[in-house]
Amino acid sequence: MTSMTKEMGSSSIGESKKKIVNSKAAKEPQMVDTKEERESAAASVSLLDKIQLKIKKMTAPSAVQSGEYFGTPGAGDSRLIGVFSTIFFIAIWAIATEGGFIKPIFLPSPVDVVQRLIDITVDGFAGATLVEHLNASLVRIFGAFLLACLIGIPLGITIGCNRVFRGIFDPLIEFYRPLPPLAYLPLIIIWLGIDESSKVTLIFLAMLSPIVLSARSGVTSVRIEQIQVAYSMGATPWQVITQVIARGAMPDIMTGMRIAIGFGWTTLVAAEMVAAERGIGFMVLNASEFLVTDVVIAGIIVIGIIAYCFDLLMRYLESKLIPWKGYN
Amino acid sequence: MNTLKVCEVSVVYPGSEGGESVTALSDVNLTMEQGDLVVALGASGCGKTTLLNLIAGFISPSKGYLTLGNSKVKGYPRVLCGKEIGDEVTGPDADRGVVFQKHALLPWLNVIENTEFGLKLQGVDKKLRRERAAEYLKLVGLEDFHQHKVYQLSGGMQQRVGIARALTNDPKMLLLDEPLGALDALTRESLQELLLDVWRKTNKMMFFITHSVDEALLLATRLVVMSPRPGRITHQFELNFNQQFLDCRDARQVKSSPEFIAMREKVLAIIHGDELAVA
Repeated sequence: MTSMTKEMGSSSIGESKKKIVNSKAAKEPQMVDTKEERESAAASVSLLDKIQLKIKKMTAPSAVQSGEYFGTPGAGDSRLIGVFSTIFFIAIWAIATEGGFIKPIFLPSPVDVVQRLIDITVDGFAGATLVEHLNASLVRIFGAFLLACLIGIPLGITIGCNRVFRGIFDPLIEFYRPLPPLAYLPLIIIWLGIDESSKVTLIFLAMLSPIVLSARSGVTSVRIEQIQVAYSMGATPWQVITQVIARGAMPDIMTGMRIAIGFGWTTLVAAEMVAAERGIGFMVLNASEFLVTDVVIAGIIVIGIIAYCFDLLMRYLESKLIPWKGYN
Repeated sequence: MNTLKVCEVSVVYPGSEGGESVTALSDVNLTMEQGDLVVALGASGCGKTTLLNLIAGFISPSKGYLTLGNSKVKGYPRVLCGKEIGDEVTGPDADRGVVFQKHALLPWLNVIENTEFGLKLQGVDKKLRRERAAEYLKLVGLEDFHQHKVYQLSGGMQQRVGIARALTNDPKMLLLDEPLGALDALTRESLQELLLDVWRKTNKMMFFITHSVDEALLLATRLVVMSPRPGRITHQFELNFNQQFLDCRDARQVKSSPEFIAMREKVLAIIHGDELAVA
């Protein structure tokens, strides 16, 4: 009897405590409101203080909504805010340029850029239309990407699984990985000439190291229990590598692929600096030489949009191929 | 008839960077027959997991031998401990299934794919392996969960998939390394009962490691009490509490019987005696 009453007593206390905490969390913002009003009524607060208070309110953790956990950093949907901020920046851009505050040679107006985008899509620029430029660049990037995946993923897994391979390839990869692609571009041109192969090779090399390293670290992230259990079910070493390790390394490999594509876009412009006749990077470079700023900006926007779309595609693939990521 | 023999086995880990070497197991002898459910119990560091890893073939003994099975079935007969016993255990293989405490399921496969994984590795026809896997999933009460993702199951269900997976491979023996250690108390008790049912139905040889004295006493046909520094087997008890449970289906009744309580006190005294001796 006594223990039961004790338990009941303690549980009801616990509940009431919870209620107090909840009501506090719900009331806090209101209390700040009233304080602010009181203060502003009592004494004329300076504008700076007011702004500071507003910022404090925006960054302070708000009351817990249903379906959310208290204290989750950055909880909530930010897409609508993203749309507004994009519109806001374009508006500032438009005001600054259309209002004549900035010369078009430094920053053309959004309308000019869109107009130019249509022009180069229809009539072309520097000897080819936008689609042709884009096509040339995409073939280079995705050709290099495919090659980097085909070579990098098996290589990384082999390095992770085999002492001898690790010994052979580790020094090589660790040496060339931090080098900027521009540093070894001249060498590649000497070796391969100035045609397509040197461009693809440069992008390929930039993409290879993140893929190899991610595949390698993916191998070490596979739990030893998973490997041992597979052996205990009669797996051969080859089966363990292909059916356990390679699959278990997928989350890391996907991350490496995303990073690699990013590297690819950065290296693209460098690759297309050399004797290219087509390519989105070449188009931007060519435009900048003739100070055709609107083409430069149009090109940058196109690269940005395509890179972003590819990242969205990769995220979608991640959710389909490795849905267990984040679970224990 | 399957027999596991652990013969005068010692395991010495070399000390790291000039440190002293550690004797994890010292002169361990153990014999198990088909249908034995041997439970190893002891304070941490007593070499329970080392012994399981030895039997599984994940580590090799510094001294002594392990054999499993009938020498006439395959391989070269070995003469050990004065008798011809069986094949030398040289590494992990499909004849010894392992269930770990956690995290050994493959998250990219669903429940039935995980369960049939061993048969798939051995190239068994898909229809046949599905049938076998479904049979063992039914045995552990997961017949309605074939297509579920394993990472979304509860801990108890995950362990049941692990047990079904090990059994689907039809090993000679099952090695269970604290399989219920990460579960909550209620799930743990229901899985103990399930494991006993599975054991009786399949008549497998099982080697089970646990920290819980109650669990050890309820499950074991033979209880092996181990002691640390160096890891060795100090006591062995033949028990029949599991038979009592299978007869009456009431674990609480078995656990509150005077014999059970007396045995528990005896085992606890041994374990605590060890801890005092170390401290």
